[in-house]
Amino acid sequence: MIDFTLTENDKKALARTRAEALICRKHARYYDENEAELPPEVLPETEEFEKNAEDIPAPQPGDTPGPVMMALHSIGQTWGDYSVRLRRGDGGLGNAALRAAGTPEQQEKWGGLTLAMAITEPGCGSDPSMVSTTAVLAEGSDEWVINGEKIFVTTGLRADGAVIWATIDKSAGRAGIKSFLVEKGTPGFEVSQKEKKLGIRADDTTAYVFSDCRIPRENLLGLDETIPKKSSGGFRGVMKTFNMTRPLVAALGLGLAEAALDFTREQLEDAGIEIQYGSGLGGLTAAAEKFVRLEALYEASELTTLQCVWLAGQGKPNNMESSVCKAHAGSAVRTITQGCIEILGALGISRQHLLEKWARDCRITDIYEGTGEIQRLIIARGLFDYTRADLK
Amino acid sequence: MISFGMTEEQELVRDGMREFAADAIRPIARECDENSAIPDEFLQGIWELGLTSTQIPEQYGGGGEDRSPVTNAILLEELAHGDATLAVAALAPSAFANAVVDQGSEEQKQKYLPLFGGEKFHVGSLAVLEPRPVADAMLPRTVAEPKGGDGFVLSGVKSFVAFGDRASHFIVVARTGENVEAFVVARDASGLTISEPELNMGLKGLTTVSLELERVEVAAADRLGGEAGCDVRRLLDSSRAALCAVQVGVARAVLEYCVPYAKDRVAFDEPISKKQSIAFRLSDMHIEIEAMRLLSWKTASLLEQGIDATKAAQLARGYVAEKGLWIADNGIQVLGGHGFIREHPVEMWFRNARTLGVLEGTIGL
Repeated sequence: MIDFTLTENDKKALARTRAEALICRKHARYYDENEAELPPEVLPETEEFEKNAEDIPAPQPGDTPGPVMMALHSIGQTWGDYSVRLRRGDGGLGNAALRAAGTPEQQEKWGGLTLAMAITEPGCGSDPSMVSTTAVLAEGSDEWVINGEKIFVTTGLRADGAVIWATIDKSAGRAGIKSFLVEKGTPGFEVSQKEKKLGIRADDTTAYVFSDCRIPRENLLGLDETIPKKSSGGFRGVMKTFNMTRPLVAALGLGLAEAALDFTREQLEDAGIEIQYGSGLGGLTAAAEKFVRLEALYEASELTTLQCVWLAGQGKPNNMESSVCKAHAGSAVRTITQGCIEILGALGISRQHLLEKWARDCRITDIYEGTGEIQRLIIARGLFDYTRADLK
Repeated sequence: MISFGMTEEQELVRDGMREFAADAIRPIARECDENSAIPDEFLQGIWELGLTSTQIPEQYGGGGEDRSPVTNAILLEELAHGDATLAVAALAPSAFANAVVDQGSEEQKQKYLPLFGGEKFHVGSLAVLEPRPVADAMLPRTVAEPKGGDGFVLSGVKSFVAFGDRASHFIVVARTGENVEAFVVARDASGLTISEPELNMGLKGLTTVSLELERVEVAAADRLGGEAGCDVRRLLDSSRAALCAVQVGVARAVLEYCVPYAKDRVAFDEPISKKQSIAFRLSDMHIEIEAMRLLSWKTASLLEQGIDATKAAQLARGYVAEKGLWIADNGIQVLGGHGFIREHPVEMWFRNARTLGVLEGTIGL
């Protein structure tokens, strides 16, 4: 049955996430202005909070399914501050890849680690088939030798290791690309310092260099060393990871947009501008009318995101939906945060408030995990029943 | 529990209506538009599907199935995918009947609902809109003054009243002092003048009229909900949600027409579907249709569960109207000159989308 209500259990669990996320908001400005510092995993107030917080009831049958709750928790976390997700043991994007592509043994072995995801290279961004990092089976041993450079690795510093994309046969094109797990401390694996960024500055975005880095043969995720004849067969498996990570990335952006809307509503109400629903155009001021439009944009984006993860939880295909929600949120959060700044004027750009930071933080949403343009390419191929070769 | 899963019954309704729309609606849509008329056989045919009567309780002569605004939203999208005008016509009787089921007094249910259980097409209409700029349905100029002793006297003008040529009764939204209420007015009420059919840009097949109410007297029992009155906002929320579902259907029709067109149409040595400018535009249409549908479902679902849907309906209505029009407008652009020619349906869908974007109260979920 189509239903958009949360159960009492759902509400309690989400309220706790938000309460905890608000602690991070207190430190948000500091780590934005002091980019070189890595925020601690546990904040001073967190212990106290956890001591006093009520236990979260275990999910019951009839509660909102796990993947949907995961997206709602992600929204709640970044609503507090984007850096919250760095402090929770949920792992990185590499963990999602491990869950999607790893064998049960591999998931068991590495599931406890925080794993970054390393795909992008200096010469390869939106088109991952251009990956030039190589993995070669060393003759007479059971080891892969990795060579290449990865950039824009999210949580690259604090991760215990990374899932990286490398080709085992350049002549095979996309079909030759496989995912490998490389643990920190492996000789030949070098980690650079944090990048300096527009937003999400608390995040440690780094570069990795692999020089004759040797890893065990069983570190190939999924253990499938064959190169499928059909050009994109194996690659499609790798890309599947995105069907779960894209909606979650959309959710991270939405949390920031929601924070921006909440702040803007408060400021408008303090200024005596009431946001009314149900009236016609005549009943709203220009500011309120603009605000309501931004809220509708948020609502639309959140619903497409939740539908996408709901489908994943049902084991139903969600390839198109993951691109739909990512493209929608990528554009919506830009419009929402920038629109809130327009509504609030000088208050919006002041570094005394967090709105300008949220607008900077969320700007990455339309870029990482596939730009909005890439999502539209995927959707168009789906609409036209085109292959990648048909529409580039 | 958040869920996006249709019930099995809803899937059946969707599939059945999709087929009906393809077989019985789309083929006559252009003719209805050109002639500004809907054939009687069509109205009678759709009446026999029982769209209105099934959700009327058995004791009032209906099918006794649960009222489900979500099922109605699914159904409306499919009908409107065939044609918006005919979808609105098909559900127009429900706007009146559902208003009485949801908010009518016992006496009103007994009096009006059996009218919708018969074998012949029967329609009553909501009269919400008024012919003036920046009209606000919750701030009508039409007034209902208490009549000395018993009842009310209605004065004002209503426009875009669907099926004004056939409706037996109208539910007229009017202001009583500070409150907004609704009143059932019979077609032959003294002081009520029904205009000639209005001439509109879109939904041309649907006959709409203006009502002039010159001191029309109604009894106290004719106030919707009787003594208790009714929640006009809820009536509007239901209407807004229904119009959203219709817009989703229109938008889907546009996209599904553009896709094969773009694959066929060759320019500069390749189909225009292989050009990102066109491909991305169609992607955006798909993205927005998904979003529009979910917004309309959410409003319908809140209504179904008896939760306040005013905010959801407002957000959905604004978003869906804007994006629905954007999609229809860009449908014309994808077809280029052909989009402007009446041989293709896209210009008609554009006019319909433009019209749907300003309506309130013609249909309900």
